[in-house]
Amino acid sequence: MCKHTVLELSVNNHPGVMSHICGLFARRAYNVEGIACMPVNGGKRSTIWLLVDADSRLDQMIKQVDKLEDVLGVERHDHGHEVISKMAEFVQ
Amino acid sequence: MRLSGAEIIIKLLERQGIDTIAGIPGGANLPMYDALGKSESIRHILTRHEQGAGFIAQGMARVSGKPAVFFATSGPGATNTLTAIADAKLDSIPIICITGQVPLSMIGTDAFQEVDTYGLSVPITKHNFLVRSVEDLLWIIPAAFRIAASGRPGPVVIDVPKDVQAAFHEFETWPEPGEREPSEGLIPAEIRRAASMINSAKKPVLYLGGGVIQSDSADEALALAEKASIPSVVTLMGLGVIPTDNPLCLGMLGMHAARYTNMVLEECDLLVAVGVRFDDRATGKVPEFCPNAKVIHMDIDPSELDKIKRSTASVTGDVAEILTALIPLIDENARASWISRVQTLKKEHPMLIADADDPTSAYGVVLKAAELAGEQAIVCTDVGQHQMRTAQVYPFKHPRQWLTSGGLGTMGFGMPASIGAALAAPDRPVICFSGDGSIMMNIQDLATAMEYDIPIKIILTNNNALGLVRQQQDLFYGKRYFASDYSRSVDFIKIAEGFGIKAHDLGTSEDPAETLKIALSEPGPSLIHVPLSPDDPVYPMVPPGAANSEMIGGEKHV
Repeated sequence: MCKHTVLELSVNNHPGVMSHICGLFARRAYNVEGIACMPVNGGKRSTIWLLVDADSRLDQMIKQVDKLEDVLGVERHDHGHEVISKMAEFVQ
Repeated sequence: MRLSGAEIIIKLLERQGIDTIAGIPGGANLPMYDALGKSESIRHILTRHEQGAGFIAQGMARVSGKPAVFFATSGPGATNTLTAIADAKLDSIPIICITGQVPLSMIGTDAFQEVDTYGLSVPITKHNFLVRSVEDLLWIIPAAFRIAASGRPGPVVIDVPKDVQAAFHEFETWPEPGEREPSEGLIPAEIRRAASMINSAKKPVLYLGGGVIQSDSADEALALAEKASIPSVVTLMGLGVIPTDNPLCLGMLGMHAARYTNMVLEECDLLVAVGVRFDDRATGKVPEFCPNAKVIHMDIDPSELDKIKRSTASVTGDVAEILTALIPLIDENARASWISRVQTLKKEHPMLIADADDPTSAYGVVLKAAELAGEQAIVCTDVGQHQMRTAQVYPFKHPRQWLTSGGLGTMGFGMPASIGAALAAPDRPVICFSGDGSIMMNIQDLATAMEYDIPIKIILTNNNALGLVRQQQDLFYGKRYFASDYSRSVDFIKIAEGFGIKAHDLGTSEDPAETLKIALSEPGPSLIHVPLSPDDPVYPMVPPGAANSEMIGGEKHV
């Protein structure tokens, strides 16, 4: 079984952002296992949490995500993040 | 002031210094065209296909180094631009495509000529915008220029709904034009480590790519090579960085390199990769590329580092700044034994150029045209055998002299790109080498060259085949030439004349060299037709997926 990690992205909030991020993973055949997104700062920005496999391509993925104009920051949580773990309780 | 969205767009483009826009009008971008018609400083070039407009913009951007703009309408106009945009993405060319879109209220209704331009352009742009209100134009247009030109350059799409173009906005001051942002500072320890590796290397090679051209640092690259006597290979995108007649220049590496070039790389103990991305056409089978070498990789884009080949040391930053900081730390070194070994390899495994003296041969026409056109000529190509032959033998002297579709390998690139080059550099000769397969893919813009009397010289080598495809069938598919020969031939002389372009045929000329000279010196656009045999290969060739050491053809005495 693959080890999972959580990426926490700070992004601009507009209708195209999610397609930029999901498209980046999709066209590299890299599955996003879980995803959560909430607006912050009154809606100008959002935080996105992505649950992804921590495989050998992850460093390259993070660099590619970081290059996106609408991505303001990327944090990696190798021990998981409670947004994802709490969300998991709803889908057990 | 109170202006419409369309007027704001045109005024902002004028403020960015844009003087030429290629494109085609349609229902959804007519407000922009109406405003453009009133501009006194921007010339419009009406193309016959939006892909041609995209490549004209690319030609301008590749020659000038500055972002260039092109226009298309919604729906089919926008979809026609996609290949030119994807091409710019792979070669890191700063172009800005402004498309019309159906009105905001109709987006998502499958309206007439509606297509999801934003969605289509996400994977092939550096960034893209769907403009949702007229006031947003005031930051989006400058942002598009900043993004296209900053860091690693690339294409940007701005999709503007028709009602946003028509809406009025009242405002006080114009925003500043968008400019290239200063790059982030270098890490001195990275520079020092690279310098000490270069100083202690016995058999280093410089591997120079398009990033050197993008950062305008060819002089620094040459200074580094000369200070420490480092033999230098260039990528397809890096041709022109080191003058081909410099003794340290080993020409292009990879799939169609001279044998000695790839053999020097086999032996090197340090590969100094500058502004390159380790494309498979350059490296061949990656685990066997430079098998004995440590690697220093310098690039402005951190995601290129360790993407394909893990480097021993990496330096992130603008290549011009890196080289400037690095050169003082490099020891002068004559490297006599390595240079002499390189010379031996060059002598024993030279680049053999068939029929170099015959201006009606595949290589001879390239060399003769180069001699006639002079050092200031800009050289564009399409994609195919003619492209690889030109890359192999053209005597390049300067950066930004060579325009070719490297990463995407787009047939149809050359002719419109050469129109763009001629627009950006009206005082320089512009030659386009094309093939009969390639030119067909944007032949309609011969009319554009004719209409605006753009003096491009198209040298069309015609083997009535898809030459590189046929060559692969010859070598790797048991000579089963399926779908690569054209069963009947087209009369390109008549076609050119039909488009109002002067045409010359070297095949029937009694003095081909003189005919070529006349064609290159006459005013306006010309087409020079050079009939060739489809059985002439481009050698040497590394089979796709093989190691660069497994070159086919081009051996001495064979």
